[in-house]
Amino acid sequence: MNLDPVLNSLLESARRQKPSDRVPYAFEQRVMARVRDLRPPDRLSLWTVGLWRAALSSVAVAVVLVGANAVVPDASGERTPEEQLEVAVVASADPVVELWDR
Amino acid sequence: MAAETLATSSGVSAEVPDSEVIAAIRAGDTSQFEVLVRRYQPRLFATVRRYARQEREVEDIVQEIFLKAFTKLDSWRGEAPFEHWLMRLAVRTCYDFLRSHQRNREHAVSELNADEESWLERQAAPASGEADTSAAQSLIAKVLAQMSPAHRLVITLLELEDRSIKEIAELTGWSVPLVKVRAFRARLEMKKILSRMEVEKYL
Repeated sequence: MNLDPVLNSLLESARRQKPSDRVPYAFEQRVMARVRDLRPPDRLSLWTVGLWRAALSSVAVAVVLVGANAVVPDASGERTPEEQLEVAVVASADPVVELWDR
Repeated sequence: MAAETLATSSGVSAEVPDSEVIAAIRAGDTSQFEVLVRRYQPRLFATVRRYARQEREVEDIVQEIFLKAFTKLDSWRGEAPFEHWLMRLAVRTCYDFLRSHQRNREHAVSELNADEESWLERQAAPASGEADTSAAQSLIAKVLAQMSPAHRLVITLLELEDRSIKEIAELTGWSVPLVKVRAFRARLEMKKILSRMEVEKYL
């Protein structure tokens, strides 16, 4: 079946049909009510939005770093985390010489 | 005083140029936007009804166009008529609507009713007479509903609204060669859909 004449006829028919330009009752009032709601945002809300975005980005970065730290094996390989904590806590009490010896 | 002459009485507002109404809005008198809404809403409703069939969707789209126009009013430089600027906004909003409803188009009803079938048969016959317009219009609506958003937009502007390629390029923001390519592919897609409907009719 040659579809070109069918298509042309179809388009011709559709061209003859003009869509209605009827406007619903009081449509302009509905639009104006929405326009009145469109108040420009104040500076405080802009700052709040900005700070929230920054906070969320920071949390995301922190989560990624913690995840990466958990996955990547400890490069030092000398002490377990418990030992490292102990050293850090008692570092001030330990004699300097001993620390240098380790 | 100037604001008074821009009062919302349609008789008066029709004589006030768009540029003056827009200047009043920019000066802070947002109520004057109603003048523009009253002036252009019939045109926008007619345009949007080519892309959306449900009246609720049509109203939402027209409202969205006016809200965009209000928020972007500062970008209208006055170099081209406001109506052109508004129509560009309208066409792009309709295109966004088509793209957002793209997933639904595969579910569009493709079965033909008796009138549409007989219309297609008459067209296929060598000496077909005057087409039954309502069946043809219902059929084209079904074909358009199954087309891709870009193809539907270009066919509507080119074939149904009789716009030139250059006008379409300006309205859509596409390049002239791209409009030509899309128009060519749109006709191919329409023929493919018609052919599929024709085949399904006999299954």
